[in-house]
Amino acid sequence: MEDLSLHILDIVENSIEAGARRIKIMVDEDIVHNRLVLKVTDNGHGMDQKSLAKALDPFYTTKKVRRVGLGLSLLAQAAKEADGDFSIKSARGKGTEVVARFVYDHIDRRPLGKIADTVLALIIPVRDVNIDFVYEHRVNGRIFSLDTKSIKKELAGVEISHPAVVRHIRKEIRKKLKELRRSVR
Amino acid sequence: MKKLKIGDLEKLREKVRKTAVLREGKARAKITVHMGTCGIAAGAREIMSALLNEIDKKKVQDIIVTTSGCAGLCSREPMATVEIHGTPPVKYVDLTKDKVKRILSDHVLKGSIVTEYALALGSERTH
Repeated sequence: MEDLSLHILDIVENSIEAGARRIKIMVDEDIVHNRLVLKVTDNGHGMDQKSLAKALDPFYTTKKVRRVGLGLSLLAQAAKEADGDFSIKSARGKGTEVVARFVYDHIDRRPLGKIADTVLALIIPVRDVNIDFVYEHRVNGRIFSLDTKSIKKELAGVEISHPAVVRHIRKEIRKKLKELRRSVR
Repeated sequence: MKKLKIGDLEKLREKVRKTAVLREGKARAKITVHMGTCGIAAGAREIMSALLNEIDKKKVQDIIVTTSGCAGLCSREPMATVEIHGTPPVKYVDLTKDKVKRILSDHVLKGSIVTEYALALGSERTH
């Protein structure tokens, strides 16, 4: 994975496989305290203690199509490289929370990358099921927030995956993130 | 502090409603981009973005784009599956942005399979 937004896409994949219907992605750029936190929370079926203990083993997977897992261990590795840490909490029937922390200006901290593209790849119907996503991005406490549930409500019947809507959302995410960053300088 | 949000949705909604035929009934095609760890690492998100851009450019409205997990052929990622309504699905492998453009214009819009990018017919049975 070249950048952190690809890791996010990958971690969310686990939430989707776990049958989650609401997934929250949080990116917190706390430049003042030199910290970057990524958090993915879902209401999927979660893991029992036994699976959780094995979740970071790259050779563990619940998939039937291949024998290695990799996703979580790759993110844990990326956090470790940037002097950060990684944690995962999960309870059967409740959901899962994955948190990765990084030293913001660490030379080995991978860039965030095209976060708008990650969000767009997620808001189109995945596996033919409508899953709601919350994406919250903070820069020094200032917040941009997107909730597909309220977007769908505002669109009132126009599909969120309509090309014009996709184009608009991409433009808006980029614009609003720029606005967040501008206020930092 | 006020949160920044996606703006102008209402305006967009009215515009889309006026100009677009809403997607009713069966779509002409469904394209599934494989988004497992392997696919993502190999560039599936770029493929997805290219696909969404091309569909937007060509102004077609009856194509469904969706994603799936790992299909077990990690070495041939990025992959996508094209299903034209009423015909069997075709899996395309080792995708690039240019290949996606051609698959969209030749296969999805004109109905002729781009055989040189396809995996193989009936490959699911060989284990």
